[in-house]
Amino acid sequence: MAGSGKAHLRNSGSEVLRVDDLVIEYKSSGGEKVQAVSGISLDILAGETLSVVGESGCGKSTLAKGILQLVGIASGSVALNGTDLTKLGSNDLRQARPQMQMIFQDSISSLDPHMKVKQIVEQPLKVWNRGTEAERSQKVNDLLTSVGLDPAVVAERKPSEFSGGQCQRISIARALALEPKLLVCDEPVSSLDVSIQAQILNILQDMKTRYGLSLLFISHDLSVVRAISDRIVVMYLGKICEVARPDALSESPRHHYTHALVSSVPIPDPTATKKRAVLQGEPPSPTNPPSGCRFRTRCPAATELCATEEPQLREMGGGDFVACHHPRA
Amino acid sequence: MSHLFEIENLAVAFDTQRGKLQAVRGISLNISEGESIGVVGESGSGKTVLSRASMGLLRGKRVSRTGSVRLNGTEMLTLSDSEVRELWGTQIAMIFQDPMTALNPVRRIGSQFAESLVKRLGMSKDDAATRTLELLGQVRLPEPEKVIKKFPHQLSGGMRQRVMIAMAIACSPKLLFADEPTTALDVTVQAQVLDLLADLRKSLNMAMVIVTHDLGVVAGFTDRIAVMYGGEIVELATTKDLFANTKMPYTGALMESIPRLDRKRGDRLEAIGGAPPDPTLDRTSCGFAPRCKFAQDKCRNEHPELVDAGNGHLYRCFYPLGVK
Repeated sequence: MAGSGKAHLRNSGSEVLRVDDLVIEYKSSGGEKVQAVSGISLDILAGETLSVVGESGCGKSTLAKGILQLVGIASGSVALNGTDLTKLGSNDLRQARPQMQMIFQDSISSLDPHMKVKQIVEQPLKVWNRGTEAERSQKVNDLLTSVGLDPAVVAERKPSEFSGGQCQRISIARALALEPKLLVCDEPVSSLDVSIQAQILNILQDMKTRYGLSLLFISHDLSVVRAISDRIVVMYLGKICEVARPDALSESPRHHYTHALVSSVPIPDPTATKKRAVLQGEPPSPTNPPSGCRFRTRCPAATELCATEEPQLREMGGGDFVACHHPRA
Repeated sequence: MSHLFEIENLAVAFDTQRGKLQAVRGISLNISEGESIGVVGESGSGKTVLSRASMGLLRGKRVSRTGSVRLNGTEMLTLSDSEVRELWGTQIAMIFQDPMTALNPVRRIGSQFAESLVKRLGMSKDDAATRTLELLGQVRLPEPEKVIKKFPHQLSGGMRQRVMIAMAIACSPKLLFADEPTTALDVTVQAQVLDLLADLRKSLNMAMVIVTHDLGVVAGFTDRIAVMYGGEIVELATTKDLFANTKMPYTGALMESIPRLDRKRGDRLEAIGGAPPDPTLDRTSCGFAPRCKFAQDKCRNEHPELVDAGNGHLYRCFYPLGVK
């Protein structure tokens, strides 16, 4: 698993985002280079939700930051609406930023505690000098209403007066103020209660339709991702294992790692008779990844081939792709 | 029949600037030897306060505790600090969500582990060192002899949680409270840790209370489940019965709001609108009424008591699901 390749790219010409062979490296304290993202390619079409799932340390958040040009890139390209962001100078890059916005896992700490809600949501509009004061204030009211908050009640209050779910609504409103094309959501619901989680996921769906957004959704939670995505990318140790439609992924995962992930998800039903394929051990260190397929050290189907040759992503039919020498039937 | 652990009408309140915050409001729950109970609820439902008060923690000046918590007939709430400390580890133990903050960051695993064995069981240092390796092996940590030389930050979250579990079972407690034991872990590691806890419970015949927000975690794992809302138990039943014959609309709504891998993909998730009740206010109505699809006038004017459906299935609702 954990292979390279671009078989899954659709070359439709109308991608909002296209990432080619993206490599992101960090230097460890010993001076060693750690590849957090090792040659990832992906594309997102207009109005599509693409999710990236994987465990802690697989590089999914680094991938999100790399796409937004928030961390330095070692090689590869990131094209937003056809413009390669990695080639832009700092001023051009700044001009491109309103098109891509982000919401974070910890919504409370991503809001300035000293600002009132209306100032928080208005801030991007002010920075970019959009509209008159009256127009901006109208826009703020519209945004707050669209995420299910009553402007008359919340506008004058500060973030500390709100719960985690409400703060996430505020950060969604702020992210949408500049009418971005791409919204990157990094674990937006993982610190919320399930009842609130459902509210936020529904709002994201509504906003996607309403503003014609494309979503890049980063999460460790397969059940959440399955509920809202058009396409899912599974990552392991900086590489892609599998790209598939949500139902195909949960019903018949092709990659052995995806299979282990799917069968580890606890099912809220005591009568469920699911055989769990519990993975042993933990992912190896990214400073010294295994040769060939990066999953082979924990894979039940690994052979010698997996140690010598890195599997490439290949189509398994129906628009599903897997990077594995011995995929599951 | 006498129970290992009896919680009777336990109420816990904190003095705050906003007034008296009633975190736990009159909870009764019996736990038998070797039994596994899930306590499920959202943030602020009082599940963590319940488990900490049951441990005999929360002993500060600004906390008021009423009711009774008995371990083998011994009242825990009135014990002195040193008396309750005698019970910790040997009778009753606890593991927490965040093992990083529960371990001492500046001491190696081996030395902080052996300390509890020396202090609690009076072992010699050599015996304690040997026993430490045994226990770390019992929780399936690979290469225990390497683990004991490490500091907590050098271990992964899953390994740290295994160390905590090994410490908790070191003195063979009769009852283990596990407060969100897998919430901070990846799903594959969560599955490993849940399997480990289930095996240990059987081999040590230890009763276990798992406190969690995740119905999926407790479904395959517990004998009974208590659902908490606004500081109260709103439903208590055997795990099978809770899922098959859900009575409380809140439990039903909670189940509906979970995105599931084993169900068909719907267009929208069933969110529960609104927010939980204010914990500083007295309850004069059903706490869930403002968010309940089935609420009627009675729910807004009267506080429902726990009702027994006949088979020990308790629920707190005037208009339970599935009853005409």
